Amino acid sequence: MTGTLLDVRGVRKVYEGHGRSVEAIRDLTFTVAKGEMVCVVGPSGAGKTTLLKCIAGLLAPTSGEVVLEGEAVAGPPPGMAVVFQEYGRSLFPWMTVRGNVELPLKQKKLPRARRVELLHQALDAVGLGDVHGAYPWQLSGGMQQRVAIARAIAYEPRILLMDEPFAAVDAQTRADLEDLVRSLWQGLGVTTLFVTHDIDEAVYLGQRVLVLSAAPTLVLDDVTVDLPAERDQLSTRSSARFAELRGHLFAQIQRAKTYHPPDPPHPPGGN
Amino acid sequence: MTALLRRAARNTLAAAALPIALLALWWVFTADSDSYYLPPLSDILASVDDVWLHSGRLRTDVLPSLLRLLAGFTLAVLLGVGVGVAIGSSRRLRAFCEPVLEFLRAIPPPVLVPVLMLFAGIGNTMKVLVIVSGCVWPILLNTVEGVRAVDQVLLDTARCYGVRGPARLWHLIIRSASPQIVTGMRQGLSIGIILMVISEMFAASNGLGFSIIQFQRTFAVTEMWTGILLLGLLGFLLATAMRVFERRALNWYLGLRQTQRGGDR
Amino acid sequence: MTSTPAPPTRAPRVDGTRRTRLPGNTALLGVLGFATFLALLEVVPRLGIVAPGYLPPVSRIGVALVELAGESAFWTALGDTVRGWFLGLLIAVALGIVVGFVLGATPILREATASTIEFLRPIPSVALIPLAVLVFGTNLRSVLLLVVYAAFWQVLVQVLHGVQDVDPVAQETARTFGLGRLARIRHVTWPTALPYLLTGVRLAAAVALILAVTAELVIGAPGLGNEIGVAQSGAAVARMYALIIVTGLLGVAVNVLARQLERLLLRWHPSIRREVPA
Repeated sequence: MTGTLLDVRGVRKVYEGHGRSVEAIRDLTFTVAKGEMVCVVGPSGAGKTTLLKCIAGLLAPTSGEVVLEGEAVAGPPPGMAVVFQEYGRSLFPWMTVRGNVELPLKQKKLPRARRVELLHQALDAVGLGDVHGAYPWQLSGGMQQRVAIARAIAYEPRILLMDEPFAAVDAQTRADLEDLVRSLWQGLGVTTLFVTHDIDEAVYLGQRVLVLSAAPTLVLDDVTVDLPAERDQLSTRSSARFAELRGHLFAQIQRAKTYHPPDPPHPPGGN
Repeated sequence: MTALLRRAARNTLAAAALPIALLALWWVFTADSDSYYLPPLSDILASVDDVWLHSGRLRTDVLPSLLRLLAGFTLAVLLGVGVGVAIGSSRRLRAFCEPVLEFLRAIPPPVLVPVLMLFAGIGNTMKVLVIVSGCVWPILLNTVEGVRAVDQVLLDTARCYGVRGPARLWHLIIRSASPQIVTGMRQGLSIGIILMVISEMFAASNGLGFSIIQFQRTFAVTEMWTGILLLGLLGFLLATAMRVFERRALNWYLGLRQTQRGGDR
Repeated sequence: MTSTPAPPTRAPRVDGTRRTRLPGNTALLGVLGFATFLALLEVVPRLGIVAPGYLPPVSRIGVALVELAGESAFWTALGDTVRGWFLGLLIAVALGIVVGFVLGATPILREATASTIEFLRPIPSVALIPLAVLVFGTNLRSVLLLVVYAAFWQVLVQVLHGVQDVDPVAQETARTFGLGRLARIRHVTWPTALPYLLTGVRLAAAVALILAVTAELVIGAPGLGNEIGVAQSGAAVARMYALIIVTGLLGVAVNVLARQLERLLLRWHPSIRREVPA
């Protein structure tokens, strides 16, 4: 494997509320190598979104740090693209599909010709070559999420974060989108961190799967998915190895639901 | 095709029937009216030409009124949206300003006419300021609400993709708040028309409000009625213009809402 | 778990956590804001940035306010304004409800009147001022004409929206259970339209106050507006400001009352229930 791209070191996140504090994340430490596809799976309420926001620089961790290509993240780093779960809320409803994909490119001050090129490439890649002029809300949920993905890849990120992107679409669309993400990753080689609550999805997509515990969150397990690189919905999902990995992860998640890390005798992150 | 035509004809009829009937009633009932207050509609309509067109009042009175309204309204929009975005973006600033704003916007704007007369005399400046002082509150407060309601996911998205500075202000904040801003503009415009008239009734040497009140003071009742009708027509036309603007500016919003409602149930 | 070296645990909090809430600060900031506003109104004329003849220091206005409170004429004027506002609002709301329900419940009427309403609504009520003066003179009836005209449309439009918003499924359900026309209005239409009606009342209450004061100011009907006009022509500047402040306070009271009414009558309604924690 090539060098480390993303290094998450002892990240802890405590939300301070009205006189009480909630520890969402106790200690997360892991790395993602350049070009890797890593899935993060955990029971609901496992602080997955908090983790993603910390990595994206949208939230500052209470302690610990996120290092991207050797630089500590403080605020959203350039070269990172995020696809949010709420596709309906992450696309600008007053812009056409084209406007949505182009806006970040304009912010990068790319010349017009290059913008147009990226726009066409990205929309073709997600299979939306013919809806440039439509508004997002005129499209189905799956298509909206495709637009969000197109916006992310047109941005030419070094790392792509995806926060349960398919949680709100129907099963058939979901399978299609999973294959899309797989093929984009293989085609572009972009490092991808994919957060999901769906074990099958994690196994199907990832090279590695990180299992998170319930809040306060820890990394419980780091499983390498040794399935062949060429995967398809039918044969991969029915293979014996898939079932085995899935069974293993399922057991882990069951454990994760009930696992509560002992209160640390001294501040967390310590060894 | 014929069904479509028939439908269109039916809609036009439905829209036009009552207004025509009302005007006809007015016409008939006042036809041989010798009431001092209620001259025959025919007389009123016949004198429109004399009072407003031939005399040049359209240019000397209506145009200045409209220009003052336009100036005041434009200033109020700039001020309201500018300050509203600032206040809406900062929780602290909002907490700081809110009670004062609550008080200021509760003052009925026409009472500021005497105040502004002190500062700016009775010229155009005073009248424009009066219009601004009334129009600005609904625009400001609605902008604050709109900016507050910007979706958190959109804010995050913009941050992630490096959308900041003027692009963030325009493409994210103002566009997102535009439905509320336009609502504020619509409310502001109707207050603006009222203030345009009142500032002229109070102290002026020209203007639509001035003319109407002159007619009333000189007991030129028929002329007064033409003024009232003209003012009504103006109010209607401005509201229609506002609606056209709204349709165009909020095209996306109307479409979005329709799909949301259709998808809900 | 891991053997990564521990980062400093009590890391300085970065902006992410500070933004969560400002408990108690909101009210404090508000008071501070108001104090600053008053201080500015005191200092600006005292420093001569604005001539005190145009804007007296706020302390002088305060004195004028106290003087006003001692005059029975002031209380009469206040009473006149409140009466004009309240009666006008009451008539407008009653008319708005009746007309709104009749038109809303009868599709043909609704369609036939739509264009007329759209035409009449934006007509500025101040256009009626000369007519009011000629016909009624400078008394309460003039005020009422303007107030009712302006407030009526606010109520009517909201009621029409509300009646139209009735869920057809609920309407059908009520029909299959054999509810009569009146019972359906009582149990289906009315509860749906009530939130809209109250929004209309809130908007109408504010507009009614504006028009009540305007009528007094421009026509000269007795009330606060007229007092402001008198103070202005008598160059009693501090008194004029004091009266304006009273109209502002009246406006605040109207807004607060209308909102309380909405809360009280719509406790069961989701829009209010959602609003409370915010």
